Amino acid sequence: MRRFFTSTARRRCSTKNIAWWDHVLPAPKDPIVCVTEAFHADSSPNKINLGVGTYRDDEGRPVVLQCVREAEARIAGSRFLESNSAAVSSKMVEESVKLVFGQDSDVVNEERFAGVQALSGTGACRLFAEFQRRFHPESRIYLPDPTWSNHHNIWRDAQVPAKNYHYYHPDSKGLNFSALIDDIKNAPDGSFFLLHPCAHNPTGVDPTEDQWKEISYQCKVKNHFPFFDMAYQGFASGDLEKDAQAIRIFLEDGHLIGCAQSFAKNMVLYGHRVGCLSILCNDSKQGAAVRSQLQQIASAMYGSPPVHGVLLVSTILSNPDMKSLWIEEVKMMLYRIQKMRTTLQESLENLDSPLNWENITKQVGLFFFSGLTPNQVEQLAREFHIYMTRDGRISMSCVTTGNVNYLANAIHEVTRSSKEETKILCNIGA
Amino acid sequence: MRLEPTLPTGQASSPTDRRLNALLRHLSSSSSSAMDTDNSISPSPTSAFQHDSVFSHVVQAPEDPILGVTVAYNKDPSPVKLNLGVGAYRTEEGKPLVLNVVRKAEQQLVNDRARVKEYLPIIGLAEFNKLSAKLIFGADSPAIQENRVTTVQCLSGTGSLRVGAEFLAKHYHQRTIYIPLPTWGNHPKVFTLAGLSVKTYRYYDPATRGLNFQGLLEDLGSAPAGAIVLLHACAHNPTGVDPTLQQWEQIRQLMRSKKLLPFFDSAYQGFASGSLDADAQSVRMFVADGGECLAAQSYAKNMGLYGERVGALSIVCKTADVAGKVESQLKLVIRPMYSNPPIHGASIVAAILRDRNLYSEWTIELKAMADRIISMRHQLCDALCARGTPGDWSHIIKQIGMFTFTGLNSKQVTFMTKEYHIYMTSDGRISMAGLSSKTVPHLADAIHAAVTRVV
Repeated sequence: MRRFFTSTARRRCSTKNIAWWDHVLPAPKDPIVCVTEAFHADSSPNKINLGVGTYRDDEGRPVVLQCVREAEARIAGSRFLESNSAAVSSKMVEESVKLVFGQDSDVVNEERFAGVQALSGTGACRLFAEFQRRFHPESRIYLPDPTWSNHHNIWRDAQVPAKNYHYYHPDSKGLNFSALIDDIKNAPDGSFFLLHPCAHNPTGVDPTEDQWKEISYQCKVKNHFPFFDMAYQGFASGDLEKDAQAIRIFLEDGHLIGCAQSFAKNMVLYGHRVGCLSILCNDSKQGAAVRSQLQQIASAMYGSPPVHGVLLVSTILSNPDMKSLWIEEVKMMLYRIQKMRTTLQESLENLDSPLNWENITKQVGLFFFSGLTPNQVEQLAREFHIYMTRDGRISMSCVTTGNVNYLANAIHEVTRSSKEETKILCNIGA
Repeated sequence: MRLEPTLPTGQASSPTDRRLNALLRHLSSSSSSAMDTDNSISPSPTSAFQHDSVFSHVVQAPEDPILGVTVAYNKDPSPVKLNLGVGAYRTEEGKPLVLNVVRKAEQQLVNDRARVKEYLPIIGLAEFNKLSAKLIFGADSPAIQENRVTTVQCLSGTGSLRVGAEFLAKHYHQRTIYIPLPTWGNHPKVFTLAGLSVKTYRYYDPATRGLNFQGLLEDLGSAPAGAIVLLHACAHNPTGVDPTLQQWEQIRQLMRSKKLLPFFDSAYQGFASGSLDADAQSVRMFVADGGECLAAQSYAKNMGLYGERVGALSIVCKTADVAGKVESQLKLVIRPMYSNPPIHGASIVAAILRDRNLYSEWTIELKAMADRIISMRHQLCDALCARGTPGDWSHIIKQIGMFTFTGLNSKQVTFMTKEYHIYMTSDGRISMAGLSSKTVPHLADAIHAAVTRVV
C-alpha cells in the first residue's frame, strides 16, 4: 500500500523524518531459491540439497564441462570485451536454433525466423512475454499445471494473464492426456500455449510421440500459438535430436512457433545466463522486423546479453570437435542421472516399501516428482536434513552413489506410515 | 464454403491424414488467423501449409539513433572516415582497449580450476555488491557502516536503472520521474517501460553551452513533492556539462526541502576527472545528509567491460531494517526478468576491486584514459583556434567526460558526414574517446567547414 508523508515531515526541512520505504513489506521467498538458503543454514554433515536443478558429479561437486574449459581458454582476454559484435551474435543464434529446428532446417537456411540471444531461459521467456503483450495485448498465456513456478511470475510481470491447462494426473502420476486435449479444444481460437518440449519441469512426464502429434494437430485446428520452453534438451533421452522431436513435429505441421532455449543446464553455464529466443515468421523480412522489436524490448531492459557466455556457446557449437565433445558430455551427465534413478528405485524396493516407485525410472529429465506431501517434505528436512521443494520435486542430478541409500531410507521412513494409514482406511471402507 | 476436418475428434491421426486435413482447413474461408479481439491481422487466402504468422502485423522498429551511427559508419568505404558516435573508448591507434588489469583478472579466473559456473544468488555476487557500494559511496560511508544500503548486481547501467525503476513503479507513491533535457537516449524508454511516467527538467543552455542552472532550480522547484529526479552523477551524457560542487549543494538542499527522490546514474566514475573519489562527490553529498537515494553504477566504461554487462543498483534507506525489506522486494523484480545476473563480468570486477595491487593498477589505467580524452579536448580546441574557426570553442575544454556537445546543428552534422565522412549523432554530440592526435586535424577541418559554409 502506498503511504504519504506525515505533516511532521513537511514542517521540517531536515531529512530525518522522511521514510520512503516504511510501507514495503518483506517479500515472500522464491520457493526454489529458499530451499538452497535453508540448506546452507543447516549444519548437519548428512545434509543433501535436492532443490535446484543444477548438475553434480558423483562426488556431489559442481562440474565444468571440458568443452567449456577449452572454449574459455581460447577466448580469454580476447578483444571481445567490447560490445557484442553482430557477427558473433548471429552465429550463436544460428547455431542455437539449428539445435531445435534441425541442422538442415530450411527455416534457418531461408532465415524465416527472428532470433535473439537472451538471458538464459528466464530471459527468453520474459522477452517473449513482453513481446506478446505489446503485439497481442488482449491475449493470455496457457501454462501447464504444474509448471516451473517462475513461469507464472514472468507472464504476470509482463502483464499477460495466465490460465492453467491440465497436464499432470496425480492419481496415475502420468499425463492427463484427454483433459489436456479438451483444454486445447476449449480454449478460444488463437490462444498462446506454453509447452515443455521434453523433460517437463517439475513432473518429468512427457507426451509420447503419438500424443505430441495429436497435440500439434489440435493446436493447428484451433490456430493456437505454440511457445516451447526448451530448458533440458539432451537431458530427456541423452540425444539432442530426439529431445527436439516435439518441436520438429510442430514444424512439420506448419506451426509458426516460438521457442525459448537455455544453455544453463546442458552446457552447465548456469551463471553465465546464455539462451536464445526464436520466433518463426512467414519470411526473412518479417523475421527482421520481429527481431528489431525484440531488440528494442531488450535494450530498455538490460541492453544486450553478456558477451562471455555468448562467445562460449558460439565457439563450442561452431567447432565440430568441440561440439562432438559437448554431445558426449551431455550423454555422460544423463547416464549418471539415469543410473541414480535406477539405484534409488531399487533401494526403495529392497527396503520393501509398500508404495510403487516405478515412476522414478519412468519420468525423464533432471527431476523426480515424488508425490511426497508438503508434510513429508518438511519431515525430510527436519529429521533427515534432506531439502527439496514443497511440491515434492527431487533434483536427481544431486543424488550420488554416496547419498542414494541415505535418501532411500529417509523416503521410506516418511512414507511407510502414510501407506499404513491408507491401508487402515481402505480396510474400514471395505 | 467451409471444409471440415474429416477425423472424429479426439483420435490420433496418421501423418497423411493430418497433412490433408491441415491443407483442407487452410483452403477454407473460415477466419483461420483471427485472434481474440485483434483485428489487425487478416487471413491470407493464398497461404498453403503455412498460416500467416500471428505477428505479421509487426513493423520494423526504428533503429537506435546512436547505434545507427556505427551502422552507417561501417558501410562507408572512405579511408578517412571517423566514428565519433558511440561512447566506447578507443586508443590513440583507434582500437578498442582491454585494460591490463582486466586481462590479468580474467586469466586468474580461467586458471583457477576450482571455479565453477553455478547460479549466482538473485541479487548477484555478494563480494561484488559490497565492493561496488564502497566504490561509489566511499569505504567510510556511514550509510554502509550502518547497513542502510542494499546493493544488487544488475546488467550494467541499463539493467540497474530498469530494476530500480520497476521497484519504484511497484512500491513508491510517486510514479513520475524527472529527467534532464537532454539526456541519454535510452533513459525515457527504460523508465516508461518500467511503468513510470517521464517529465523533463531544463538542464543544458545552448546559448552558453553550459548549465541552465536557473531553469533547473525552477523546474525541480515546481515538481510535485516526492517526485523522482534522475541525476547524472558526473560527466553528463550527452552534454558533458556538470554542476559545480556549490551548485550540487544547492540542488541537494532544494531536493531535500521538496522531498524529491534522487536517482543517480553513475556511468563514468573515474572516467570524468580521472579520480574515482572526485567523480563520486555528488552522490556522496546526498548520502552524507542522512537521506535516501538510488544509485545505478556501470562498469562498462571505467573498466572497459561494455559487453559483459556489469553494474549495480544501490538503494540507500533510512534504516537497516528497511534496507532488508527493500532488498527482498528487489529480488521479486529480478527473478521474473532473468532470474539471476551473469557471473563473468562481476567476478572480474570483484577480483580487481579486492586486490590492492590490481586496484591501484586500475586507477592508473583509468587516469590514463581520462587524461587522453582531456588531451584530445585541448588539441581540438587549439586546432579550431589555429584555424580561426568563428565562435567560442572553450566549451570543448570546459565540458567533462567522454562527450562534447559541440553545438553544431543537424544540418552541419549531415554536411560533415557527407563531405568529411565524420559520424556523430545528429544532436552534435561527439565522442572524444574516438579521436586521436592524427585525426583531430581532420575533425577540425570538418567543423571549420561546417560552421563557415552551413548555417
